[in-house]
Formats: sequence, C-alpha cells, structure tokens
Amino acid sequence: MSDTSAVNPLDVLGIPWSAGAGGQLVGFPSRASYAEAVRSLCDAGFTMCSDLCAVDYLAHPGRNLPEGVQPERFEVVVNLLDIQARRRVRIRVQVPAVKPEVDSLFEIFPGTEAMEREAFDMVGIVFTGHPDLTRILMPEDWEGHPLRKDYDVGSVPVKFKEPGVSPEDLVHTGRDREERLAAAAAAASSGTKRVR
Amino acid sequence: MTGFARETSEGSQEMYPRGETVREELARELGGVAGAHGAVLRLPEGMVIDPNDFEAESLSDETMIINMGPQHPSTHGVLRLMLELDGETVLRVKPVIGYLHTGMEKTGEQLSYIQGATNTTRMDYLSPLANEAVFSLATETLLGVQVPERATWIRMLMAELGRLSSHLTWMATNGMDLAATSMMIYGFRERERILRFFEKTTGVRMNHNYIRPGGVAADLPPGWEEDVDAILNSVLATLEDFDNLFTGQPIFRERTEGVGVIDAETAIALSATGPVLRASGVPWDLRRAMPYLAYDQVDFDVVVGTVGDTFDRYAVRMGELRESVRIVRQIVEKMPTGDYRVNDRKVTPPPRGRIDESMEALIHHFKIFTQGFAVPEGEVYVAIESPRGELGCYMVSDGTPRPYRMHIRAPSFVNLQSLPAMLRGGMIADAVAIVSSVDPVMGEVDR
Repeated sequence: MSDTSAVNPLDVLGIPWSAGAGGQLVGFPSRASYAEAVRSLCDAGFTMCSDLCAVDYLAHPGRNLPEGVQPERFEVVVNLLDIQARRRVRIRVQVPAVKPEVDSLFEIFPGTEAMEREAFDMVGIVFTGHPDLTRILMPEDWEGHPLRKDYDVGSVPVKFKEPGVSPEDLVHTGRDREERLAAAAAAASSGTKRVR
Repeated sequence: MTGFARETSEGSQEMYPRGETVREELARELGGVAGAHGAVLRLPEGMVIDPNDFEAESLSDETMIINMGPQHPSTHGVLRLMLELDGETVLRVKPVIGYLHTGMEKTGEQLSYIQGATNTTRMDYLSPLANEAVFSLATETLLGVQVPERATWIRMLMAELGRLSSHLTWMATNGMDLAATSMMIYGFRERERILRFFEKTTGVRMNHNYIRPGGVAADLPPGWEEDVDAILNSVLATLEDFDNLFTGQPIFRERTEGVGVIDAETAIALSATGPVLRASGVPWDLRRAMPYLAYDQVDFDVVVGTVGDTFDRYAVRMGELRESVRIVRQIVEKMPTGDYRVNDRKVTPPPRGRIDESMEALIHHFKIFTQGFAVPEGEVYVAIESPRGELGCYMVSDGTPRPYRMHIRAPSFVNLQSLPAMLRGGMIADAVAIVSSVDPVMGEVDR
C-alpha cells in the first residue's frame, strides 16, 4: 500500500467532504464541477466506478450535509474504487427538482452506462452526454419514474370471503365461472389504485 | 401521449440497424470516438482507433439483427441479446434486460429492517445468503451494533457454503450449455447436499432470511460439523470428477480457449468484478482486499487467470471452489462459542421463554414485530464479495424503522455490460459459452 492512502484525496482536490457512517469518505462536489471532480479522482487512482445510483430526498429534506452544500431534491451517489490502494470514496452531488440534469460519467467510466440508465429509469435523472439514455428495467412506454417518492405504490386489494357464504356456494359451474371472472375484472378495475 | 409520458419516454431500448446508426457510434464499438449517439456497445476511451480505418458501411446490406432470448434456454433466465451478425460473426451486441423487474428496491422502502432481508434474499436466488449478509451488514453499520463473534463466523460459514453451491450450479449449467449433461447431473447433486444442510439450519432450501440485522436467526444444528465435513469431502470428490470430465477435455478446451477474451483494462473500465475481473488477471477479491466479517482471520488464495477468456473464467471458479472448501474447513476448526445474535432487545426479539416471564420481554417482542426498530439517520455503502462479484448495498436511513432508500449494486447487472466487448468478433455459436461464463442471475440483474 502506498503512503498516498493516508492523504485524503478529497481534501487535496478541494472538494467539501465529511466522514459517513463507518468512517467512509464522502465528497460533495457542486453540480457544475461534478464530472471534473470525478475525473481528477480517476486520475488520482480511483480507476473503477463500482456503483452509481440516485436518491429522491423529497420526503426527507433535512439531512446532514457539510457547510456550503445546498440541499436539493435529488442526489446522485457515485462509489469510486481505488484498486491499487484498496480504498473507496463516495461522491454525492445535489440535483435540483426542476430540470434534474447532471453530466454523464460515461466518457470517464464506460461502466456507468447501465447504471446511469437505471438511475434515469428509476428516478428520472437526465445524464447529459450519455450515448443511449433509454429505459433499462421498465417497459419503454412506462410513465413516470418508480423510485421517486411522489410515485404511488400500487396495490391489489386482498379479497376475503363474504361472511355467510356456505361452502356449496363456492362450488361453481362453467357459467358461474364466467360471471365470477367478469365480477373480478370489474373489481380489479375499480378497486386497484391507479399508478402514475 | 400526455405531457408526463412524453417527458419520460426516451425511445426504443433496442439496437438500431446499421443504416440508422451514425458513423461515430459504429466507431465506438472499436473504441475511442466521443460525442456519439445511438445504441451499441461500449468500449473505454483508452483504445483509440482511426475512425476512417474500418469498414462500417460496406457491410450494411449483408448484416442482420437477430434476437437471442428472452426465452433462449442458454440465457439463464430472461436475458435478451440483440445481435448484429455478418454471416456467423457477431458484430454488435446489445443486452436488453428488465423482463424480470419486480421493483424490489421500491419494495425495500416499504419493509422494515426486520423484514428487509426477506426481500433482498430473493434477488440473487443462487446465493441468497450473500444478499442477506450485505443487507444486514449495512443495517448494522448504521445502527452501530457489533454482532457476537459466533454470529460473524456462522455468517461466514453460510456465505462460503453459499458460494460453493452457487459455483456448483454454475458448473452444472455451464456444462449444460456446452452439451455436457453429466456436469449438470453432478453439479446439481452436490448443490442439493448443500441445500439440504441449509434446510436443516435455516428451515428452507432457498430464500432463507437466516442472516438478519443483529445476527442470525438460529444457532447451527447439533452435529453440523459432521454434515459440513461430509459435504466438503463429497464436493472435493466431485471437483476431481469435473477435472477429469471437463478441464482437460479437448472439445471443451476448443470451445472455451481464446473465446470471449476481455483484458484487465477493459474489465476495470466496464466496472466488471468477481470471476470476470479476476480471470483477466486482476487479483481483486473483497474478501482479501477489504476484509469484512472475519475473512482476515482465515487463510486462502485469490485465484486469478491470465488471458481473460471463457476458459479462464471456468478455471477461476474451479479454483475458488477449492479455496472455499479450504475456508470452510478453517471455519469449522475456529468456530467460537457464544451467542448467535446480539443481546440487544431493541434489535433482536427476546427468546421465547422470556416472553412468558417478563413484561419487558413481551413489550420488546411486540414492538419489534409490529413497528420494527428505528435506525439512526445516515447513509452507508457496504460491499461484499458475492459469487458473482461486488455485491453492494447503499442504504439511506431517515431515522424511521424503514430504509429511506435501499439500493443494491448487483454484480450480474454490471457484469452484463462486458458482454458486448467479449462477444464482438466471435462466432454466434460461442455466444452461448460466453454468456454462460459471465454467470448472470436475472433475478439480480432486474431486481
């Protein structure tokens, strides 16, 4: 292990930082300097981007951030890995609710291609400069971004037996079955919460 | 389309035909052209080529785009590959995924920390215990709870047995993909022995919910040392069989050597981890590099390949099976005595007997199962080495009994990105061997 591991790379690069749970190093670059900061970290030895995801802080605005970092609705979280020095660093960049755009890391780490598509698909972050920003997990014609906090959780109502129904009533013929299917379809269309 | 639909629909996920793809994008498959648009495979910037030095258009009327999957038997689930072929040669590939997406990260936000392990365990259904372990470790880091030593070692034992069972299943299905049906039978026979032990310990064969925040669900059953010993002996004997049947077999070597090569630089750029990365010669194993649980107290070797081809990925897994056997033997030897879960009634439910005697125990029991326990505010990323690579859990807590955000970094999901680089220029018949060698588990890819 080289002696550079003792130096805080975020401090060297002048990125606001804090120590997260378990002593993990977390950096908070501004949105404008995000790609540049990641590139300098890549040059400093963090040659692998192990994870990228996005968080919607709509329902939890008052989180702990270092001084000078303005909280926004979305956050893109990037985990970088230095294989030589065996260390990690986490980058959290604030992304506003209106026009949630942030630079793509594709040109630095081609491995972020699928992860950025997932963040776009699930939370709706637009990564400018991404070569193929399409949905990856949801169907192409899906509306909305499911991991946003204002996206409803769909549910199917649990159907219980009516009291007073005798077992004989539950024995059904072919004609009954068609009626029951029609009733079930009607119940499903009215009872199920419509997801956005 | 309504306004919102227009905003969120970003076009087709499919691969564009050659005629509709810009020259820069076609060049990107050979590497190094910035600012392109379209949908093809990705290579890192480092590999620069001259954009005029390839014949992109000349093939335009001779190539065809075909779909492999989503219900192709060799795709290990519902993976769909769009392949552009020139005769039998693969030119471009695009993996299309999402057929098994069930919104497990969203579900994870609705479940309390106690229930969360039942959700994560279903992602990678071939190594469920690794998923439970990473979820529990992330929760415990946020809680600041230290689990007893025995719980840590039991987790390690189960995780390594899980690795054995996962790699054996891979051996079996990989053999099946290359038409070696006896591999299939032997691999699944050995896996079944391990699953039987899991059933004895955890109560179920798969989706155990055994490793939980605070420890494990139950102590090891009496006589577990003999059971584990029998499994290890049987696995070692089967590995001998595999070597005889497969490793030196000329047909198998023909089909795998030099096929689907990925070099170390490309693998790192594409964020590949696990056997895919190690096969290309990078000795990166989180168990060694960033020890979690008690992996710093056991002796094992990190198996690496040299070429990064399909055979190396096979050989790395073969070596890892033997190393896991070594690790498990040491765990059996060193298993400490003590409690199997943390003695903190806020986190773990009290023993059944105490509920009859103590009002507090009853309250704790009731509170844990109705509300769960609150986890202090914060966010954490924990990563462990699953059989497929770096399995990470990014968890944000807002101080309530449910995770605010629970993101799983699935190794198969990321490793799939290296498929286009591996398949390019190869034969369509090799595609099956290469897809299999990446070992994608679609449950984890799509989550």
